[in-house]
This record gives sequence, structure tokens and C-alpha cells, in this order.
Amino acid sequence: MQPLEKPEHDAPAEGEERPLNLIGKAFRRVDGRAKVTGQTRYADDLSFPRMVHLKLLRSTVPHAEILEIDASAALALPGVLAVATGEDFPVPFGILPVSEDEHALCRGKVRFVGDPVAAVAALTEDQAAEAALAVRVQYRPLSTIASLEEALATPEPQIHDYADSGNLHKQVSMCFGDVAAGFEEAELVLEDTFFYSGNTHLPLEQHASVAVPEDDDRLTLYSSTQTPHYLHRALAKVLGLPGSRIRVVGTPNGGGFGGKSDPFQHEIVAAWLALKLGRPVKICLSREEVFACHRGRHPVLMQLRTGFRRDGGITAQHLKTALDGGAYGSYGVASTYYTGALQTVTYPLPRYWFEGARVFTNKAPCGPKRGHGTPQPRFGFEVQLDKAAVALGLNPADLRLANLAEPGSVTANWLQLGTIGLGRCIEAVVAGSGYRERWGKMPAGRGLGLACGAYLCGAGLPIYWNHMPQSGVLVKLDRSGGVAVYCGQSEIGQGSDSVLAAIVAEVLGVGLGDIRLCVADTDLTPVDLGSYSSRVTLMMGNAAREAAERARELLAQAVSAMLEVPLERLAFAEGRVFDVAGSEPGLSFAEAVIAAEARFGTLATTGSYVPPRAPGKYRGAGVGPSPTYSYSAAVIEVEVDPATGLYRVEQVWLAHDIGRAINPALVLGQVEGGVYMGLGEAMMEDSAYRRLPKRLSDALVHKFPSLLEYKSPTFLDMPEVTTYLIEEPDPRGPFGAKEVGQGPLLPIPPALANAVFDAVGVRIDQVPIEPQMIVKALEARAAGKEARFGPRAFPSIDFGETLSVPTREEGGDGRAINDFSRGKSSRRATSGTMKTREEVLGEKKLEALTTR
Amino acid sequence: MPAEKTLLSFTLNGEAHQVLAPTHHTLLEVLREECAATGTKHGCELGECGTCTVLVDGQPVLSCLLLAVEAEGRAVETVEGLQLGNQLHPLQAAFADLGAAQCGYCTPGMLMTAKALLAANPEPSTEEIRAALAGNLCRCTGYHKIVQAVEWAAARLRGEATAEPPREALYGSPEPQR
Repeated sequence: MQPLEKPEHDAPAEGEERPLNLIGKAFRRVDGRAKVTGQTRYADDLSFPRMVHLKLLRSTVPHAEILEIDASAALALPGVLAVATGEDFPVPFGILPVSEDEHALCRGKVRFVGDPVAAVAALTEDQAAEAALAVRVQYRPLSTIASLEEALATPEPQIHDYADSGNLHKQVSMCFGDVAAGFEEAELVLEDTFFYSGNTHLPLEQHASVAVPEDDDRLTLYSSTQTPHYLHRALAKVLGLPGSRIRVVGTPNGGGFGGKSDPFQHEIVAAWLALKLGRPVKICLSREEVFACHRGRHPVLMQLRTGFRRDGGITAQHLKTALDGGAYGSYGVASTYYTGALQTVTYPLPRYWFEGARVFTNKAPCGPKRGHGTPQPRFGFEVQLDKAAVALGLNPADLRLANLAEPGSVTANWLQLGTIGLGRCIEAVVAGSGYRERWGKMPAGRGLGLACGAYLCGAGLPIYWNHMPQSGVLVKLDRSGGVAVYCGQSEIGQGSDSVLAAIVAEVLGVGLGDIRLCVADTDLTPVDLGSYSSRVTLMMGNAAREAAERARELLAQAVSAMLEVPLERLAFAEGRVFDVAGSEPGLSFAEAVIAAEARFGTLATTGSYVPPRAPGKYRGAGVGPSPTYSYSAAVIEVEVDPATGLYRVEQVWLAHDIGRAINPALVLGQVEGGVYMGLGEAMMEDSAYRRLPKRLSDALVHKFPSLLEYKSPTFLDMPEVTTYLIEEPDPRGPFGAKEVGQGPLLPIPPALANAVFDAVGVRIDQVPIEPQMIVKALEARAAGKEARFGPRAFPSIDFGETLSVPTREEGGDGRAINDFSRGKSSRRATSGTMKTREEVLGEKKLEALTTR
Repeated sequence: MPAEKTLLSFTLNGEAHQVLAPTHHTLLEVLREECAATGTKHGCELGECGTCTVLVDGQPVLSCLLLAVEAEGRAVETVEGLQLGNQLHPLQAAFADLGAAQCGYCTPGMLMTAKALLAANPEPSTEEIRAALAGNLCRCTGYHKIVQAVEWAAARLRGEATAEPPREALYGSPEPQR
């Protein structure tokens, strides 16, 4: 045995942070070995004794009343155990409490091709598939709405009767400050119309679930979900069971990107049938069904009007967005607000008017995809900044660098900003690409484009109003020195398990191998709201740090007493607890646990995270706040063939303000993946629909619900990516860390459009940028017309009454001065943004703490 | 009517297997459902994504497009057979260390395709790696880490035991000085 030595570890100097052992160093992800050996158990890899199989019958018509469902032929087929229809599911659900418009199986009406109508359970998957097709459904067709324009022109029949007006699902209008005065101050006003196509997440794992009845009246659902907690709530509601009888286990997701954040029909039907049959029920969706689940990027038409001073500073902005929402609400109300909320966090925007509307159409429902509602307006904003720079004779990099938001400031729409590494990001990509020297001076057909972006590090408010923590972590110490960490977070590939393990290991000075995780299990783990809004690293990380620090405190007290060393001189590193001022090796971590367990009893500590209160108090202020924001900048180099419009992205330089990288290797992977997905959206991905020929059915269908024809980039399409990680630790993040899962996607589409302009001198004001668009814009220029391809006009839309919110500079207090609807939603007001947790607790009313 | 079944014999990762499976089932279904070899994944079951790639007699094959009866008497290799004892194959180690597996779902197919490439071409260029893997989709990584991992593993398989990935693959490029 080797003699014990004190780890190399000096006491931190006065005011300095403890040196870090693990954080900041690249390490193998904790689930890495399982993922390369095939041991990771995704939902479809699970099987149980007596398990049966479920298939859904989905609507073949886009909009119709259901007249009759005849399951007799299906029930007569061999192996068939049960058929379910909408009759069995009277209770509606939906991820947002304001739009619970879905049923586990359609009741009375179908709203898009792919809406689930009936379900069949059978002994084998083949039998279930055959029987589902034998279920006969009679429909009475209703007129079909295919587009934003058709939705605006067709208030009747309504796809949903709860819409704000006709088929306008949601109307928003919010004005921050005296926008008219801002435009009067402007020396240049630009008005542009942009379009961003819809696209989908395309996770390689098709959604799968297994429901297992257990004990008396208990049920476990294993599912590929990003949000086990919200799914748990939806199951309890629809099944009419106490939540305490339902256990949701989120299996490792084979990719999510936002597409597994809603509670889904197949999850609920599997659970219901498992309870009915008393047997495990499994379903794995086909690829075509994954396209039907969708919840992907909303197609958004935008009109952006911005006033600039001569130096590029912005005096005012007016943004209108119109979202094609598809057939259901999903996250759409939040998506609508998000198309406006984050315009203000990159450059000072003193006065800002945002108007947004979402329509219902008879297509698969849209929802949150990586960047949730923000890539579309960011595209417009960053392209317009490029146009402004050209008009003002400025270099686009200088225009941005001269107009950066102030760290720690409050924006016009009342968002509290944290640290801002955007300036360093811009400098890095500009220097790396030679942008300053090369932009505007490259040979014909070659160009460089610059753009920036910013994103949340977690949504400030939960999906349903409550005053409880957004993330909780439990740490349990074993006498062996093993550390068990429990948290409701979901590993969807982003590396959240590794962040959780690393933070606890760092605080306790143990190795990653000493940590055992239990995650995403609503029976066993404290609630974490899920893997969405880039919230996990910051929120779970802070909760994990608190739980681990409380455990360390107990250990330190016991060791301090035993070794007679003052608490502040004890260090935890390399699996030992020791006196930094002495030369003795101290105790092993396991010995420290034994000392502490003997002194205090069983050792388990918890940590919680509640985001800071946001300063905005107006209706709609709940969307946009975050503990801090991440920033990114990108330069893209492109080569365009003006004869064909074919282009090739040669290289991407991307810098991301990560705060602090917990594990740089995984941060890089998120950046590269974000660049990739952004390029997919900018170059080719498109959730296109078409009407089938009249002689077939005239139905409105997804144009290509397959991995082959829905184009996504392959190995051969990806350019070189040079990544710079910019670390500006933010005190609100664990060890200073910010998000990286979503932000790096944002600058990519506008950087590509700006690069195409630099290459051939034409503006493509929409994505994906198709070669024929470039050719048409070049032809337009040759004909003496505007050198541009993009939408021509923005339709007239009633956005509803405008909320008027004075800015802080104007002496505002974060409230609207004309909101007279507060009485209507008083319940929301008591439990939502209007009061702090402390105020609500002071009232001692349970119902004010959460909504059901 | 119950589906007709066939008795199949093939080797799976060097071990003899005999299974009774529905005659119309694909190799993918038989591996996952009859052999409990769930390491092989599926993303489309239509031959579009490469996720289900396995090796049959050393050649990469889309197991969702191959009827299991066509594998009769042949040697099938899957991700479960890559390790040597408890030791990861250099491809597996490189994928794990670089983060070339994020969600990990495309990883088994990538590993098997890469294994076939390196067996045929121990020193592939970056372009050759990209071309060989172009039929395998990944939605997480942007493909860079996968190319870097295959390059690193190839070096190690060639006996360059001290080969290391470039520092940029783990830490990014150094921030340029103004």
C-alpha cells in the first residue's frame, strides 16, 4: 500500500474562490460508457413479462367531425385485447394550463392528419398494427385551414372554440415606452418583412413508452420524455388517479430538442390500457407518427421596423410576428410571447413595441424547438442590423460592438440582465475569421456574414403557477464513501447527468466514480421541472451545489472535532478531508462520512433552487425573465455560384459566452450541435405541407414525413466549425456557469443570410435559403428591381388592445398603466408574478401557493 | 392467423444463435426482440437514417432492411460485441472521451460503420471518414466529434498508443488576442 499523502492543495488566498478540482476540465461523460456499449436503456429497449403492444389509429383527414367509430372488425382479429376511443378519455389536457385543448384520443372532431382517433392493444406489435387499420371511422369533412393567410380569412369553422378570436389562438400587444418619440429621434428607419419556415426536431429516437401496472392501483410509466414532472401531472389529471399512485420514469432520451416536452397521447393511452388490462403496455411510434407529434419550430412571418442613430444605436423598434401554430395549443402561447421577449437583451433598445399573434391551422401542432420562438425574430433583427450597417457605412461588427447591452441593466421590457460576454464573442469570431479585413472585399461569389444571439438560462417561471423550487437535489452519503444524488432532471443527451455528478463531486472532493445518480423518477427524486428552456445546468446546478455544500458542512463539523482542526482550514479534495495548513493526510472521505454519521445520524441533505424575482409585473411579464442570459456570435463563410444559386458553407466561427464551462468537451458538443441544427434550419429543413390531389382526398398532409425526404445535414454537408468558449462567470450560475444547449443555434441563420449578401449582393429575407431564391433575387437585381427574395407584405392582424408599460427610464414600475383585465385573472395574480413567495407565504393560504 | 415462423441459425458476436422468429421479421426485429440485443437502435425502419447498422460478414448492413432469414448462417456483429472483455474498443473509448456520443442513440450504428471502415482502410483521410459515415444521421453532435473520434481511434488501432486528440476537440480554440 502506498503511504498516504496530503493532496496538492493550497489554501485559497483571502477573497479568492476555492481552487477547482474537476470543473473546467474535460472529462468523459458519466453515461459515456453505457452509450458506447449499447447498455443505455432507452424506452423502447424495455420489456416486461406479459407485456402487450399498443398502436394508434390516426386521422387520415385534416379537419372533420367524427360520425362513427366501428371497432368490431378490429376486436375480432386474433390477439386483440382492447380498443379505446375518445369516449374513454373525457378529460382534456395540455402542457399549458391556458390551452388544455387535447384529448388522449379525439372526441367528436379531428384537427389534422395524424390526430389519434383510436387505440388497439394486442399480444404482438404486428397484431396491434393490423387491428388498428381495421377500425372503421366515418368522418364528415370540415373546411381545412392550411396557412396563416387562410386562418386569418376563415374565422369559421373554428378549429378550437376557445381561441381569442376566430382562428386567432392568441393575440398579444405590448408597448414599452414612447415608441413614436423613439422613431422621431431616428436618423435611419428600416422596415423589413421576414419569414422563417417551420421545421422539426427529428430526434433519432422515435418516442416510446411502457406502462406497467404495479401493486394495488399503482402504475409506472417509463417514457422518453424531457418533462417527467409535467407528464406526471397530466397523467393524474386525465386518468383521475391521485398523483401519488403514478410513477413516471423518464428514460434517457435519444434526442429531444424540445420535441419530447409535451405530455403525449400515446403516453396517456398506454397508461390507461395498462390499468384496464392489468398488463404492461408498450408503444413505440413510427417515424411518420413522430412527424405527427411534431411540436416543432413555428413558421413565423415578421414585420420589423427599427430606428437607428447615425452611429448604429437603436432608438426604437416595432416588431410584429404571426405564428402558424398548427392544430393545438401546446406551448404556443409561450412561443408567441417568446417571438418578442428576447429582442431586448443584446443591444440597448430603449423603446419597444411587440405585437404577436398565433393562428390555428389543420397541421401538426407546433411548439418548442431549440431556441423556442426566438430564432425567428433574431433572424430578422440580425439581418436588419446588417442592412443598417451597409446603409450607415459602418462595419457590421463595429455597429454591434458600439451598441452592446450593459451588464446588470434592466431592459425596456423589464428583463434583468446578468453578465454579458457578447463583446468578447464578437471580437473572437471577427479576429478568427479575419472579418474586419475581409468583409466586403472578397472575390465575387465568396462572402462572410456576422450575427449574434442570446438565450435564457432557464425560464424564470414554471409552466403552472407555483411558489415551490424549480429544481431540487437530494444527496445521500454512504459509509463506503459512496455518494448517491437524486434529482428529477432528464438526460436528453445534453450531458445533464455529467453536470449533476461533477458539481457534487467538486464540492465534496470525491471522484466521479464515487457518485451514483438517480434521476427523472417522480417517485424517488425531488422535482426538477425538466429539460427545457436551457434551465438544467443553472437551476439543477445551483440546487446540487447547495445540497452538496450542506453535506460538506456536516462532514467538516465532524472532522473538525475529530482532528481538532478549525473548520475553515479543512479542504475536500481527491477523496480526502484534510488540514490545508498542516502536513497530515487527514481522513479519507469514507472515514469522514463515518465520523459524521456517528455524530449526526443518517446523512442526507437537500438543495433547492428558486429563480430570483423578475422586475416586470405586467401581464405577459412571465415570459422572458431568466436568472441570466447566454450570448453567442458567429461568422459564416460561404461560396455561392451565381448561375445556379447553389452555395456551400465553407466554415463557421462561433464564440459562446458560457459563463464557466463545467465540462468543456460537452460544452463544445452542444455548440457544434447547435451550429449544425442552425445550419439545417438555414439551408434545408422545412416542415412543408401540401394538399393531396382532389381525386385522392384533397387532404392537407405533411409533404415528406420521412428521414430521407425531410432534408437534414449529413456528414458531407457540415463545414468546419471553429469554436471559442468565452468564460465570464456569472454569480447567478453554479460556479458561474450559463447555458449552451440552445443559444449557439441563434446566430446561424442570420449569419448565413448576411454571408450570402456579402457574396453576391442580394438579400434573402427568409429561411431556409434555397438556391432558386438566390437566382430569383439576382434576376430581380438584373431587371432593376429590389435585389431581394422574401415575403412582400405582412397581413393586417388584430393584435388586441395594446398594453402600455413605461420603461424604467421613463419612471415606470414594471406595471402596465392600462391593464383593466386584472380582476378577471385574479387567481393568477395571487399566485403568479404579482407577489413574491415571501408575501404569499405570509398570507398562509395554501391555494395561493400553486394551481392544480 | 398466427404469423409463420422460421428457425434461424446465425452467429451473433461470435456466439451461435438459434431463434424461432416470424418469417417476415427483419434482422433488426430479431436482434432486438428475440436475441435481447437491444444495443442496436432504429430511427425509421425504412433504411433512411443508418441508426440500425450492424455488420454481416464484416460488411455494414441496415438491419431494418434485411430480412432475418437472409442472415441465415452468416456472422452478425453488433455494438455488444465491440468490447474485449471489460475493455472498451478504441472506437468506443474515443467516442466516450470526446463526447462523440451525446444522446447516444445513433452511436451503435456509427461505431459499427466506423469499424467496417477501419477494417478496410486503417488510415482513412477526414474526407474518407465523412464519406463512409454519410449514411448515418446524427442530430446531436454536428458530426465533428464523431470524425475526431474515428481519427483518434484509427491512430490507436494502428499502434500509435500515445495518440491524443487535438486540444481544440476538448477545449475549443484559444480566444484570439486583439
